[in-house]
Amino acid sequence: MEIKKTKTILSNYLFVLPAVLLFCTFHVYPFINVFRYSLFQWDGISPVMKFVGLANFKDVFTADSQWWYSMWHAFYITLLTLLFQNGLALILALACDRAIKGAQTYRMIFFLPPVLSGIVVGLIWQWIYDGNYGLLNYWLTRMGIGHFARAWLADPKTALTCVGVVHMWKGFGWGFIILLAGLQSIPRELYEAAKVDGAGAWDTFVRVTVPLMIPVFVLVVILTILNTMQIYDLIVSLTGGGPGYHTEVPITRILASMRGGSQLGYACALGVVFGLVLLAISFAQIQGSKLVKQE
Amino acid sequence: MQKAAYYKAKQFLLTYLTHILLIIVSASCILPLLWMFASSLKTQATVFTDMSLWPSNPHWENFYIAWTKGGFGKYFFNSLFYTVVVVVSVVFITSMAAYGISRLRIPGKNIIFFIFLAAMMIPIPGVFVALYVLLNKLGFLNPNTGFPFLDGMIMRIGYMLPLINSGLSLGIYILKTFFDKMPGDLEDSGRIDGCSKFGIYWHIALPLAKPAIAVIVIFNTLTVWNEYLLAMLVLTGKNLMPLTRALMVFRGTHITEYPLLMSGMSITVIPIIVIYLFLQKHIIAGITAGAVKG
Repeated sequence: MEIKKTKTILSNYLFVLPAVLLFCTFHVYPFINVFRYSLFQWDGISPVMKFVGLANFKDVFTADSQWWYSMWHAFYITLLTLLFQNGLALILALACDRAIKGAQTYRMIFFLPPVLSGIVVGLIWQWIYDGNYGLLNYWLTRMGIGHFARAWLADPKTALTCVGVVHMWKGFGWGFIILLAGLQSIPRELYEAAKVDGAGAWDTFVRVTVPLMIPVFVLVVILTILNTMQIYDLIVSLTGGGPGYHTEVPITRILASMRGGSQLGYACALGVVFGLVLLAISFAQIQGSKLVKQE
Repeated sequence: MQKAAYYKAKQFLLTYLTHILLIIVSASCILPLLWMFASSLKTQATVFTDMSLWPSNPHWENFYIAWTKGGFGKYFFNSLFYTVVVVVSVVFITSMAAYGISRLRIPGKNIIFFIFLAAMMIPIPGVFVALYVLLNKLGFLNPNTGFPFLDGMIMRIGYMLPLINSGLSLGIYILKTFFDKMPGDLEDSGRIDGCSKFGIYWHIALPLAKPAIAVIVIFNTLTVWNEYLLAMLVLTGKNLMPLTRALMVFRGTHITEYPLLMSGMSITVIPIIVIYLFLQKHIIAGITAGAVKG
């Protein structure tokens, strides 16, 4: 009887075995190795790995201004996205939450850019921004404000913001969907009650909608930060990090250390620092929202 | 009376303005895609001067040239192969694991589930560096069996295994939640009919889980079809490249063939747009369910 029971349990493990094996090999093991490699000086190929302790991290914090510029670039795009993408997403979600004709169709169209490949989106917009043949300059000229025309992505003054605009174009529909779902989960009776009490549209928004939406706002903000800081496909297809280093982001820097410089250990140290920053941001967000809730 | 009229006019104006905003934003979503498609039907001579959204003389043969000479037919089937294999594997592996964790006696299963969940929450942006080293050590990057076809297959598998892995956490989470709510009577009746454990999973649990599986299929299809970074690192041979990677290579080498590039881009996005239009209710439902719960 005991043997049969043990046999059953062992055969039960067969159900989880493929998932656990794959996960340990391609997730847990590399995850541990990122930390391990970050303590070595290593080109990734040679059998000799030179242990250097925390020297890689010291370099990240003291000698690598390029890295912190790339962090700032990603952070700048993140700020733009938080403000304008999510602002627009909220306005559109509020518009579609009212009983408006065609809300389904609008919803379908807004979520189209998020399902597309970042590479294709980048290549389309690269051409729109093109200095000689681009649609943007063409329309500016036709509207009689041709003096604004420029090579948008080749100009250090505009390149990063232009990348941010494309990122927001690709992402706003996704924020819109989540915010709309949050709005629709608010019971309609609350709006009725506010109306009976004589509250105006703005009062209702501030006192009914916003407090109930705080968990959804926190979720959207965290996901926006994590997604935007790790921006990569759009950078590759729009600018490749240029002009100069003006649109380099953390992922392109990690890749550059890994491939160009063959400094694999250093690339891993960058990855660790970046991962910890992201973790700290989302942790702070969650804690902050808990404080707000308690009050 | 006058107040009511004022109120009505205000409502009307507000609705009107809302529609204008929504239509402008909708147009901004669609026009770049239409322009891409229109450009794919122009010639190199007209593509920079003819700014129309529908060329008067559409060159449909561009698609044929891109598909054959441009190699996008080959890349299309590569993308299709990677997507189908990864999605099917993810569905089977995650449904088995989720069924086991939810319904079977497995000591330590809560810890296993927790680790999968934690993996979903912790961002590890540098992990592709260690993944690359691992694939290299396992011999997936430079196989040398003497048979080119076999070498290609080994490299393809090396590309797909990490992609399958990256679909595990979400899949197990969605399916475990689903199986937890499944009534136990159905399994009992299966047991009475003499079904084995695997039989119950296969004949009873899996068919019931169709709505949850639909969400997993959609998410992973989008991820794999649009994947770029790992393909760039792992797949060096042109014969193995998926569409996204091939587009970047094509852009780099055929800088003067814009209509063909646009055809290749259309070939890349049209399947996704078609799938999206057919399944958009499921996609949106899946995202909202996942987001609002998570």
